[in-house]
Amino acid sequence: MIAFDNVAYSYGGGELLTGITLALAPGSFHFLTGPSGAGKTTFLKLCYAALRPTGGEVRLFDRSVFALDRDGVAAARRRIGVVHQDCQFLDHLSVADNVALPLTVAGLDGQAARRDLAELLAWVGLTHRAEARPPELSGGERQRAALARAVIVSPDAILADEPTGNVDWEMSQRLLTLLLELNRMGKAVMIATHDLALIRSAKSQVQARVLRISNRRVQLAGADL
Amino acid sequence: MKGLARQLAALARGDAAADRVVPPAGFTVRLTLFAAAAMAFLAVFALALSLAAGRLADRWGEELARGATLRIQAAPEEMDRQVAAALRVLETTPGVSGARALDDAEQRALLEPWLGPDIPVDRLPIPRLVTFSETGDGYDAAGLRLRLSAEVPGAVLDDHARWRAPLVAAAGGLRLFGWMALLLIFGAMAAMVTLAANAALAANAQVIAVLRLIGATDAYIAGAFVRRFTARALAGAAAGTGAGVLAVALLPGTGDAAGVLTGLGFAGWHWLVPLLVPPLAAATALLATRAAARRVLRDLA
Ligand SMILES: Nc1ncnc2c1ncn2[C@@H]1O[C@H](COP(=O)(O)OP(=O)(O)O)[C@@H](O)[C@H]1O
Ligand SMILES: [Mg+2]
Repeated sequence: MIAFDNVAYSYGGGELLTGITLALAPGSFHFLTGPSGAGKTTFLKLCYAALRPTGGEVRLFDRSVFALDRDGVAAARRRIGVVHQDCQFLDHLSVADNVALPLTVAGLDGQAARRDLAELLAWVGLTHRAEARPPELSGGERQRAALARAVIVSPDAILADEPTGNVDWEMSQRLLTLLLELNRMGKAVMIATHDLALIRSAKSQVQARVLRISNRRVQLAGADL
Repeated sequence: MKGLARQLAALARGDAAADRVVPPAGFTVRLTLFAAAAMAFLAVFALALSLAAGRLADRWGEELARGATLRIQAAPEEMDRQVAAALRVLETTPGVSGARALDDAEQRALLEPWLGPDIPVDRLPIPRLVTFSETGDGYDAAGLRLRLSAEVPGAVLDDHARWRAPLVAAAGGLRLFGWMALLLIFGAMAAMVTLAANAALAANAQVIAVLRLIGATDAYIAGAFVRRFTARALAGAAAGTGAGVLAVALLPGTGDAAGVLTGLGFAGWHWLVPLLVPPLAAATALLATRAAARRVLRDLA
């Protein structure tokens, strides 16, 4: 559903990423790792058309991103749930309304959707925080709210950027459990992280591929991970 | 235009959830309220001016067309001969039509307010009146006077309405001026709403980024802003129109002596015309915000 064909990316200076060819298949589970500044966030942005490759081609749901107009990008985004690195929310809306935002935007704001929302909030353990404003949440609560928002329209793929970046071990395990559960529902999951412990813990539970960015290229990591 | 109708319909239907994605209030919204109210107030005055000037032009134009009178002063035994001579002269004067002498009953009606009923019109040495109207380019007043002085010595030409011709033109100009002022008012309102919408869109760049991240289309994002500004413009314009109509209604003394100043106001069904101001203000705001949103969203892409 997301396919890279010899993709390169440069912010204007030298190439940050180059020669990337890979495909995210439905139901696959990927980790993306590499040192800070390696280009993990950049790679994910290429995956959801926030950036367009400066070389090669990215295809989303069998359409080249170069062929997508802004409405086409919006449509693709509704099929890709993104957990942003800094979890952006609309601070004037409650947590529940923020989580439901993709439904609102898709015009799916009906009765059934509201039930799904309650279920989802319970699933990420945020029922008691539903009416809070995003700035009042802790780091872990923000991550979980962002995850809930990313999956509420039941997207085909979930991209999470450092989802355990500022939460403790126990919370990162809970988030991982949520992502594994989504994967079992058939959704492709990609997690960018440099948290090796998280990767090891996941590999004991799921058939995950670990990609590493090194030397501007994305490579399959060795068996040590 | 179809898009406009669709958006107005969507506005009427309302979309509470979608509207809340844009943070509430902020100074831009108050600016829009105030600008719409002030402009609507001014628009009501411009309308009143246009419509009153139009009425004045029509009335004066009619009086002008109703024409002139010939007053014939003569000894009773001379009168009929002179009236006949005057009619003959008028009939052969180019640019004159419909010449006829008023009969006793009409004369009495004219004099009654001054002299009371029961005036023996036929026995008083009062002048007889002959009325006629101008056609085409009008008649040559100096030439007519010359002929009359030769053939009907007792006749005095009264072309009083003629001096109003430049006033009719002036009233017409005033009406045009009023319509132009209206256009400018709506143009200025569009400019102010555009500025306010641009400011709101810039202030909410972060909100727009979040909405885009979760797959909101440009139309959806623009719609949220458009509905907000259109609703505010409508509310502000309604208040301004109400205040303007009230102010016009409270203007002192119209009455029969309507001139430019005392006649400024609405008459009859014209009172309904200001009802058009709020919807026009809303449509103006809708188009201005939509254009601003489209531009900003394109530039943010
Ligand atoms: N918008 C940008 N403009 C220019 N350089 C950028 C931009 N975003 C990121 N970079 C640079 O690209 C490199 C990779 O960034 P990023 O993809 O965020 O890495 P990671 O997520 O792996 O830490 C960094 O050196 C960063 O400074
Ligand atoms: Mg990063």
